[in-house]
Amino acid sequence: MNAILPHAAATGPSRLLSLTTIDLVIIVIYFVIVLAIGFYLKKYATTGDDFFMAGRQMTAWIAGLSFISANLSSLETMGWSAMAYQYGMLGAHAYLIGAIPAILFLAVVMMPFYYICRTHSVPGYLQLRYGEGARSVAGISFSFLTVMVSGASMFAMAKILNLLLGWDIHLSIWVSSLTVAIYVTLGGLLSAVFNEVLQFFLIWLGSLLIPILGLIHAGGWHKMMAAVQANAKIIHPTVQNADFTSLWRNLGSFDSNPMGIDWFGMVFGLGLAVSFGYWCTDFLQVQRVIIAKNLRSAQNGTIIGAALKMCVPIIVTIPGLLGLAVLKGVNGLPLILVPESDPRARITHHTFNDVMPLLMGQYLGPGLLGLGVTAMIAGFMSGMAGNVSAFATVWTHDVYKPLLNRKASDRHYLSMGRWSSLVGVVVSIGAAYALLWFSNILEFLQVLVFFFIVPLFGTVILGMLWKRASPAGGFWGFLTAILVSMGMWGYVHTFPEGYRPQPKAALGPGTVVTIEKRTAGNVESLARIVVESGSVDLVNVPISLDQGRTAVTAGTFTVGSADVVLPAATQEKAGPIPVQVLAPEVVLSATGQTDKFGVEGVPVLLKPGVQIQSQTISKHFAPAAFNPDHTKNIARSPKAKPMAVNMYSGWWSLVVCVFVTVLVSLFTKPKPEAELKNLVYGLTPLPDEGPCPWYQRPIVWASVVCLALVAVNVVFW
Amino acid sequence: MMTKGAVPIWFFIGALLLVYGVLILGAGIYGLSHPPAVALAHLHAGIWWGVLLIVIGAVYCSVFFPGKGKNGASRP
Repeated sequence: MNAILPHAAATGPSRLLSLTTIDLVIIVIYFVIVLAIGFYLKKYATTGDDFFMAGRQMTAWIAGLSFISANLSSLETMGWSAMAYQYGMLGAHAYLIGAIPAILFLAVVMMPFYYICRTHSVPGYLQLRYGEGARSVAGISFSFLTVMVSGASMFAMAKILNLLLGWDIHLSIWVSSLTVAIYVTLGGLLSAVFNEVLQFFLIWLGSLLIPILGLIHAGGWHKMMAAVQANAKIIHPTVQNADFTSLWRNLGSFDSNPMGIDWFGMVFGLGLAVSFGYWCTDFLQVQRVIIAKNLRSAQNGTIIGAALKMCVPIIVTIPGLLGLAVLKGVNGLPLILVPESDPRARITHHTFNDVMPLLMGQYLGPGLLGLGVTAMIAGFMSGMAGNVSAFATVWTHDVYKPLLNRKASDRHYLSMGRWSSLVGVVVSIGAAYALLWFSNILEFLQVLVFFFIVPLFGTVILGMLWKRASPAGGFWGFLTAILVSMGMWGYVHTFPEGYRPQPKAALGPGTVVTIEKRTAGNVESLARIVVESGSVDLVNVPISLDQGRTAVTAGTFTVGSADVVLPAATQEKAGPIPVQVLAPEVVLSATGQTDKFGVEGVPVLLKPGVQIQSQTISKHFAPAAFNPDHTKNIARSPKAKPMAVNMYSGWWSLVVCVFVTVLVSLFTKPKPEAELKNLVYGLTPLPDEGPCPWYQRPIVWASVVCLALVAVNVVFW
Repeated sequence: MMTKGAVPIWFFIGALLLVYGVLILGAGIYGLSHPPAVALAHLHAGIWWGVLLIVIGAVYCSVFFPGKGKNGASRP
């Protein structure tokens, strides 16, 4: 049960931060610079190779910064801060085992194949290795993926602008996407890369002050972690026994950590399937480094990206932990944030995704706040632009060119690239609204990743390392794994016996209430809410209008002569579920003042004359909920939580892909070896790029980063 | 496609950081007499962060000034 004082919960959707003139000037300068860069670079994007591959002239540093900046989008800064608030230190795994091994594998093992075959895209590699079938499936699915993820960035950006500036959320989506559309359409990949390098600096310099000031405020690392563990029990009462401060020692079982995952899911789901899928075959990432001027620069650029990636928890994970440690309500108790799916979200409570803006408001004064907001906007921009530029390349080269118009001129394909950039932005605007189905921005990305990227990795890596893999094997392995992924997703969200959302009582605007409190120690909480007059909307709350003789669950009623009591909890199959009481705009009878609050597990008394609108909701398919009877078949335990289910789904998707590809290949005809030159291990001679000093060798720096990864995991074990 | 005399990426970055540094330092100095309503305001983060941005921006502008050395003759 979780009862919150009205004022502690009264942190509703009003504007979070107040920007001064200097902050707005800083933001406006950023938009002007970004657009100016787009117009400046238009003259350098005159051929298809310029527009789609930035002329293949990038240095290792530019490739590496662009590689990591394209990933360091709003999904990182907001989403993974939210994850750290929700899951504690486990959120940092996304930057450690969930990234570094895969990035190093890309640099050392896979990059030579991508680079030497001179492909425009990852689907382009599939065409060379397996044929048109696999390329078409990959091209179409990747096009879909990029616009969806781009939509996620737009949605996040619109929300933050709404939160900070009070802009209309729909208007924000269109304004932000128009800016991206202009500079990507004009300058293509060159413009996207150029801006990504700029954004890398802004993101770091605009975000780094939060952990620095937050750690000073918390009294240092050890005091922050002690506060995290203590406050987590109040903020996340459903995972009372979970350890929020460890990377590995809490992964022995599903219920000893807040993510509801075990070590197998973390290592093989995140560390192998999802991570290798994302970093090794997501063309958005790979495109940033295959445009380097030579193979060594492409490899070193990727390794630079790995080293920088390992540093990102400083500006992402630590703020999430600080949210648990230092954010307080007006009564001095830890501030409670809720998931986006929680009915109290944006009414009476801020959400997990607000943790970063809340910290910005707490620590950043005029000027610094503008820089911090600019850093977030830069992150959104890079996420959007990266996906839009990747979409334009894959659409033009892997869908339009092979399937619709094979023999057009380079000028025509350049024009198609510009137009597809615009169309990609428009389609991703629609995708932005789909996010409302999911409880967290990052979980949306996870769903998409295991649909498409994990099967793609299985297909590509078998093609690179096993010359016996046949075109039919690659196609059917890839397609089957995508279908199985979608099937698993549908399966865990299916409820044969019906899914009933948490019971809820929403008090209508102007409803008059009396709040009865109780005191235990020095903590004050609600004992009962008495509704004197007004209206109440009930969902899945059974009531009795005849003093307990019969219960009704649907209809419109008026409380008669006798009071009606709403239960504090309802009995469901899984046990008692607390009733949420939402009061976004009520009048307190004692003072006559307007107030708002959100509580759960508190009994409510309805006085005669109160209007009741009651309904019962039961769904057989609920995308926002997981059926524990089904998740245990995917993630090995009914205690597995959404993130664990996604990781395990990724793992099974990879297993299915490999199994089907191998099986079909054994019974079908492989390509002749002559056609596999420069595409498969053992048939690809590495080019001799001449002697170089030891400190320019990729294997040296890959080893250093690998050792650093081990050290970080041991220190924070 | 080669762009003799084009402005390098690093110069853009330096110029932007330099402008931001000046603005933030100015806001920080103003905050000495009108402290902002934020936690740890007594640390005057705006002043030393503004100085840091100015230093980084000035170094990048100096080293990568358009037309200076081999950097200026490279692609943007």
